[in-house]
Amino acid sequence: MQKFTTLTAPAAAYLKPNVDTDLVIRVERCSRTPRERLGDYAFEMARFTGGNGDSGAPDPAFPLNRPQFAGAGILVGGVNFGCGSSREMAVWAIAGMGFRCVIAPSFGEIFYGNCFQNGLLAIRLPQAVVEALGGALLAAASPVSLTVDLARQVVIAPGGAEHRFEIDPLRKTGLLEGLDPIGLTLRREAEIAAWQAADRARRPWIYNA
Amino acid sequence: MGMTLFDKVWDAHVIAELGGGAQLLHVDRHLIHELSSSRAFPDLAARGLKLRNPALTIGSTDHVVTTNPGRAGAAPWTIRMIDAMRAECAGAGVRYFDVGEDGSGILHVIGPELGFTLPGATVLCADSHTCTNGALGALAFGIGASELLHVLATQTIVQSKPGTLRANFTGSLPRGVYAKDMILALIGRVGAAGGSGYAVEYAGSAVRALEVEARMTLCNLSIELGAKIGMVAPDEKTYAYLQGRRLAPKGRDWDAALAHWQSLPGDADARFDREVGLDVSSLAPQITWGTSPEDVMDVDASIPDSPKRDALDYMGLAAGRPIAGTRVDRVFIGSCTNSRLSDLRIAAAVARSGKVAAHVEAWVVPGSIGVKRAAEAEGLHEVFLEAGFQWREPGCSLCVGANGELVAPQARCVSTSNRNFVGRQGPGARTHLASPAMAAAAALAGEIADVRDFPV
Repeated sequence: MQKFTTLTAPAAAYLKPNVDTDLVIRVERCSRTPRERLGDYAFEMARFTGGNGDSGAPDPAFPLNRPQFAGAGILVGGVNFGCGSSREMAVWAIAGMGFRCVIAPSFGEIFYGNCFQNGLLAIRLPQAVVEALGGALLAAASPVSLTVDLARQVVIAPGGAEHRFEIDPLRKTGLLEGLDPIGLTLRREAEIAAWQAADRARRPWIYNA
Repeated sequence: MGMTLFDKVWDAHVIAELGGGAQLLHVDRHLIHELSSSRAFPDLAARGLKLRNPALTIGSTDHVVTTNPGRAGAAPWTIRMIDAMRAECAGAGVRYFDVGEDGSGILHVIGPELGFTLPGATVLCADSHTCTNGALGALAFGIGASELLHVLATQTIVQSKPGTLRANFTGSLPRGVYAKDMILALIGRVGAAGGSGYAVEYAGSAVRALEVEARMTLCNLSIELGAKIGMVAPDEKTYAYLQGRRLAPKGRDWDAALAHWQSLPGDADARFDREVGLDVSSLAPQITWGTSPEDVMDVDASIPDSPKRDALDYMGLAAGRPIAGTRVDRVFIGSCTNSRLSDLRIAAAVARSGKVAAHVEAWVVPGSIGVKRAAEAEGLHEVFLEAGFQWREPGCSLCVGANGELVAPQARCVSTSNRNFVGRQGPGARTHLASPAMAAAAALAGEIADVRDFPV
């Protein structure tokens, strides 16, 4: 998995609350679009005229289509960002647009977990901080960069103000070192086998279905 | 201090502490479907890995399968995906319940129906509505594609323990009000992120009074409350529901399992991190007006003057007007929320009282082959067909549109499913979530209607 240490990148804001993963990537794209092309269809219904990434043009009313957000690497989102469906294609689509970090007051839990499986850093900051960061981005006429320092667990605003965030230590290490979660668990095969052997005696019905 | 149901089940599955609060949990039951899993086995093989415990996994086909009567007109890409699923399951030694076969259907319908989902078991599936399975006292939650691979390869999952939230439903349900209304009302009260960070336990006299299938409806919408996990403590209803089911424990295993299950309900002095309560005695039938399940209202109320202008615009609704009387184009009775036999009986009771309005296309999509056959044995299909509903084959269908079954742009659908998101049932489609009874009433009236005006 791709490492994440520090990132300084232009940031974009889309502060709508409860952005669900159906809105991030439509279900038919999940089944019929190659992973590497999902970014072209991210936020399709809001991003393109007619709600269609194939036939529509970029809709100027959609915040992420603003010229100052072109090439952004950090996405500032609203409350409960990524709620709904478990589709990991939502993360692939956002990563496919070029984002490596999403900052929001809160996240849909499955989406949040899926981010870390793909080297995408999801950061929870207080709502007032997110709204201030996002508001400044939306008000700016030219690109504005933020810095994210994962080791120090801070987001650094353009003026230098630092906003500390909390992150599960295992997820932090996983991103910093680019660790493969499956590989790490496979190292515990003996423990898993021993646990199952004991469990078979304790709960035989689980294994006899 | 005592332990909650959730604490007992979680703690019993910890294989290892991974530091910083993360734990390695055993996965007792894994459900796989074609949309997320037809890619998974090739991905696993590409990494030189194989399925660790085939016996703890079952598969079926729900998201992309057509629900047209007789499965007519399936798109070629769906047939290819289902063919791949069948072949991958056969290659990996997974019990696969093929389209139309006994036991097949929507994963969260068949898990309990087969007796594969059990109290005290961890149940995972790459689908956010896995929480449905918690109605039996299982610890069940949805995962993504990467975690799916992790489960296949290791039969474990890495998680940090969430907090606990108890949703206490008291009182008794009035006529025409159901589990769907209970959970929609709760979401309306605490918000679509209100359960975020918690495992929810649904408790109280009104939950005890629900049959097991209705508890599944309750747990199904946990994710719409922001919680990955929703549970109901097992009781005599749960055990009676499970006994004799195809994959449920038998003989000595049953006796041992039952003794274990009876130890699972939370201790009287267990504490929850958050408690919310709702008296259902005066609850009205619920219906959503917006584009989040939290945008919910009493059917006899006026559309709220919400600051969510974009939601009102999308839905083509005006604040201040009654929602009842809003003309509908489509009705969908189905999905892992409300497609079980008890749901269809409730809808059929309403359907018996009239005919589907001429301008409405109304679908009934049973949740599984088992549900379909049981409903047909009772003659429910004839009730629906005579009233003018379509009686279709099992699948996820119009809940998510993954199979191409969609509601047209700007068309309005009263749906028993779980998400009224923008475009969920098709680009531009307008979804109103409600109970099966309310959906059937809307079909007959041709507009959003109060089911209490119908014979229920």
